[in-house]
Amino acid sequence: MSHRLAQGGRLIDRNAPRKFTFNGKHMTGFAGDTLAASLLANGQTLLGRSFKYHRPRGVVAAGAEEPNALVGLGKGDRFEPNQRATTTELFDGLVAESQNHWPSLDFDVLALNNLVPQFLTAGFYYKTFLQPRAFWKHVYEPIIRRSAGLGKAPSEKARDPDRYEQIYGFCDVLVIGGGIAGLQAALTAAQSGARVALWEQTAHWGGRAPVDGVEIDGKPADDWVKATVETLEAMENVQLRLRCMGAGVHDHGYVLGYERLTDHAPESDAPRHRLWRMRAGQIITATGAIERPLSFAGNDIPGVMLASAMRDYVVNYAVAPGRDVVVVTNNDDAYRTAIALRKAGVGVQAVVDARAEATGALPEAARAHGIRVLTGKGIRKVKGGKRVTGVEICRIDSKGTAHTDVFSCDAVAMSGGWSPVVHLWSHCGGKLTWDEAGSYFRPDPDRPPLGNDGKGFVRVCGSADGEMGAVLANAHEAGKNASEAAGFKTKNMKPAQDAAAPEAPMEPVWMMPRKAEYDLRMKMWLDFQNDVKVSDIQLAAREGYQSVEHAKRYTTLGMATDQGKLSNINGLAVLSDALGQPIPATGTTTFRPPYTPISIGAIAGEARGPIFQPLRRSPLHDWHAANGADWEPVGQWRRPYTYRRAGETRDQAVNREVKNARENVALLDASTLGKILVSGPDAGRFMDMLYTNMMSNLKPGKCRYGLMCNENGFLMDDGVVARLDEQSFLVHTTSGGADHVHGWMEDWLQCEWWDWKVHTVNLTEQFAQIAVVGPKARTLLERLGGMDLSPETLPFMAWADGQIGGFDTRVFRISFSGELSFEIAVPASQGRAFWDRLTAEGADMGIMPYGTEALHILRAEKGFIMIGDETDGTVIPQDLGLNWAISKKKTDFLGKRGMEREAMIDPMRWKLVGLETLDGSVLPHGALAVRPGKNANGQAITEGRVTSTYFSATLGRGIAMGLVERGPERMGEEITFAGDGDKHIKARIVDPVVYDKEGAKQNV
Amino acid sequence: MSETLTSALPGAEYEGFVTVREAGLQGMITLRGDLGSKALAKAVTKATGCALPAQRQITTEGDHALAWMSPDEVLILCPHDKAPALVETLSEALAGEFATLANVSDARAVFRLSGAGWRDALAKICPVDFAPLGPGDLRRTRAAQVAAAILVDGAEEVRVICFRSVAQYMFDLLKTAAAPGSEPALYR
Repeated sequence: MSHRLAQGGRLIDRNAPRKFTFNGKHMTGFAGDTLAASLLANGQTLLGRSFKYHRPRGVVAAGAEEPNALVGLGKGDRFEPNQRATTTELFDGLVAESQNHWPSLDFDVLALNNLVPQFLTAGFYYKTFLQPRAFWKHVYEPIIRRSAGLGKAPSEKARDPDRYEQIYGFCDVLVIGGGIAGLQAALTAAQSGARVALWEQTAHWGGRAPVDGVEIDGKPADDWVKATVETLEAMENVQLRLRCMGAGVHDHGYVLGYERLTDHAPESDAPRHRLWRMRAGQIITATGAIERPLSFAGNDIPGVMLASAMRDYVVNYAVAPGRDVVVVTNNDDAYRTAIALRKAGVGVQAVVDARAEATGALPEAARAHGIRVLTGKGIRKVKGGKRVTGVEICRIDSKGTAHTDVFSCDAVAMSGGWSPVVHLWSHCGGKLTWDEAGSYFRPDPDRPPLGNDGKGFVRVCGSADGEMGAVLANAHEAGKNASEAAGFKTKNMKPAQDAAAPEAPMEPVWMMPRKAEYDLRMKMWLDFQNDVKVSDIQLAAREGYQSVEHAKRYTTLGMATDQGKLSNINGLAVLSDALGQPIPATGTTTFRPPYTPISIGAIAGEARGPIFQPLRRSPLHDWHAANGADWEPVGQWRRPYTYRRAGETRDQAVNREVKNARENVALLDASTLGKILVSGPDAGRFMDMLYTNMMSNLKPGKCRYGLMCNENGFLMDDGVVARLDEQSFLVHTTSGGADHVHGWMEDWLQCEWWDWKVHTVNLTEQFAQIAVVGPKARTLLERLGGMDLSPETLPFMAWADGQIGGFDTRVFRISFSGELSFEIAVPASQGRAFWDRLTAEGADMGIMPYGTEALHILRAEKGFIMIGDETDGTVIPQDLGLNWAISKKKTDFLGKRGMEREAMIDPMRWKLVGLETLDGSVLPHGALAVRPGKNANGQAITEGRVTSTYFSATLGRGIAMGLVERGPERMGEEITFAGDGDKHIKARIVDPVVYDKEGAKQNV
Repeated sequence: MSETLTSALPGAEYEGFVTVREAGLQGMITLRGDLGSKALAKAVTKATGCALPAQRQITTEGDHALAWMSPDEVLILCPHDKAPALVETLSEALAGEFATLANVSDARAVFRLSGAGWRDALAKICPVDFAPLGPGDLRRTRAAQVAAAILVDGAEEVRVICFRSVAQYMFDLLKTAAAPGSEPALYR
């Protein structure tokens, strides 16, 4: 059984105990422990159940590559599934639970799946999905939903209380990985004067060199690590970050980093995670290497671990994985584990070495420690269920039908060699080359990810580069080359000298024993997390999956949250073998960011709650809020839909506002309307191109309504243009369209008509704009006084500057309601005071504000179109009967050619008409007009649709506009609209203008 | 009139690891034109006392300043109540030039950030390398989801300008970025 050793543990503080619970059981660890280390120290080797077969699983690794030891962390609002116990730092009060078991971790009913493994072989889902169909829905899916999967999702009511943020960083050289190679590379680069950032995903500098007994300049690696970190910390040009993972390398040296600030200290008020968005001139990845498991039967039973992980637990945390260990290997490195275990007083039954002989320095040292070494052998199978109880040994080149030795043990250390972590090199296109001696893919320095200059911008050093021995010279070279590529001169410095015991060559073993029969192969796990075995890959190959990418998806190899960090090379080696081709011919699957999963919180950053997105507020926003506004989003603006009074429904409020505007005097906050100044000697010419109608002949002091189309002739925006002077126009746009129209103007001016002398300035927010509407509007304004607003001086469609009630105003005599109307712009800083003054002066006249819904009804009664209602990006002005606003004199304008296309002049196009239901009801919004019969697809035949529909308080019945096939030619005709279900609604085609057709009311 | 004038977020203030204050009303005039024109430079300097700024720079003279906005645009900063008259003066002086003037004093909100950590706070919301920025420098950028201009006034003093309608968003954003405990210690 795993347990804490009496002495040692370079990362733990025995004076700082930490209490935590696992499945409700109280346990204690030490500061510096990972959750995995402290669980093992408490004898907890069984940590969860596997994805498909519900097999018992324990810790395999000691770092980011861990596939098995996933737990649900935290409670309630802070619960998170699938957290790796190996990268979770222990803190007081940590709450963890195991995953994917029912009813309990120890007794799992669904482990029955394990008894019929044929049931869930590769491609199971695809095969069962085919036939019989009904079986999938009623039999397989309910079973799979219950049994497959990892952690459970947080409660839908959970609201993450933590803070997250993002940050933009910049540096000349970014070094990812704070092992000794990364430290050396950073040191070399920093001494050139370059701005250097160094990220390390764990909480400690130095990587695994201290565990592996590396000596630097004749001293233990820890000494050099400490000194180097101190040197770097003292340098102004260096940024060091622990607990910061390089998540992804993207084009132009853009790197995402995932900094976990308070996962280990949840009581802190700092943000929990910080997402780094780093622009690096040059990137060095010093991401190390990951040990590979060996594929033998029962290699997933709790107690079987990577050899390197086992020595991490012993050396770093003083945790022994068991009392008696068997080490199985195909290389010299694993002997370090045997020696470390022996030194810590843990029993080592034997080292089982697949190689014919083992005579290197490390095997000899192991023998000198009295450790038995078996060569030419492998594990036939691991015995045990919820934990290892022993191993059977057989000859490595056999079928494994008989065993040669049997050991009783409670832990197995396995080493199938090492694979460089090439993920970050590969993210942006770096290519790999197969290293025959080490049996791994390593970065090909001749084919790096290329920057905009065609040169590589990522370098690799240390074991990530495939350097499995001394790394500092290689790291120094990377630091030097990167800083020089970033434009800095490196000092003539020498790197430190690192030395480790020499190693004899490894010998690839992809299946143990090499000729294993099916019953063994179907118990050899490749991908622990997704439950993919050697037999599954072989089955896929037999079924014709030759591409590694296809085999991956068919078997789900490498598709779990660990993205196959342990299984990748082993899986494609088995596939290559099954296909009878060398491994490099099979190639690897694509490495994609992020390197390990990152939190959604980090991706969202600060964008949550009140700052989820910007909310634009008019200068009168606070007044609206204080006066019952029901808000409506209009672009990013919030506009009052209506102002409800006590006891009123929304509809009652709208109807009250409509009637008041028609009969009395009313105010509308029109501040959100776009206001763009177009000015310069060529402004008239430019305006004639922008609008379908003529604008250049508009006289200063006058206003004109105009339409803007895109190049395809589709109606894009509309509004009133005021000519300010000979060279200047003020363009009013829709509220939602202002920024787009401004960008549209600049696009044409900067890219196409760059030689035209025209400037644009977006003045939208400079003004508060208030529409004073209704028969008594003039009376009210005259009370404030200051300007002659008589129809003689300021007729309909004119504008004038002046002072009203002491405010600086520009008054436009325009009307979107059909009533006498003055739209008055004042500087935004005067807006609130002006509005307050109007409401005060108009109090005895019954003045009231109206919202966007009343605005819509007022305009619909007048048959005025609304961009976004009558238009949807496929509607041309002619569809809306706006031919009068399309100039026939102009040789060109934007959209002219587009609206001459065949489909646009088709007489069958749907065109704007008014619609009047026979029963006076309000048509449903968007309802389709249907004709008897069906089309070729069996659908109803449609001949039109509703674009605007309201209850008109003025007329006391429903009014609507719609686009109907040849509509204007069919005045008086009755057509049918489809309502809910089978309901049909009859409506008559009428004139869209149902109020004051001749315009007498607005022109007074 | 002045007693009824309101800026976007009067009195808004937050003490984080930098202090954020709404700066009140600031006169601003957009001038678009040929910044290489001697006549334009002469007229602007005569009216404001400031020389035309170089790219991404601000020039200041008394209570007037010029901020480079784009290759054909400068922002003239002046006392809020002087802006209308200054537009008049400049319009007359630039009558023969292809130049456009607009009083945009009320279109914006201005926030003042005080404290040594301003770079660290802004680094969380602006994709800008703040290391080389010092007094007299200006950057137009975005702050999270809205447009922003950053004017560096002193070693520990900057102004952030945004559109008036998003003043509350900007203030909330700056508060979040400057929240105590979240110091990234990026710039030192």
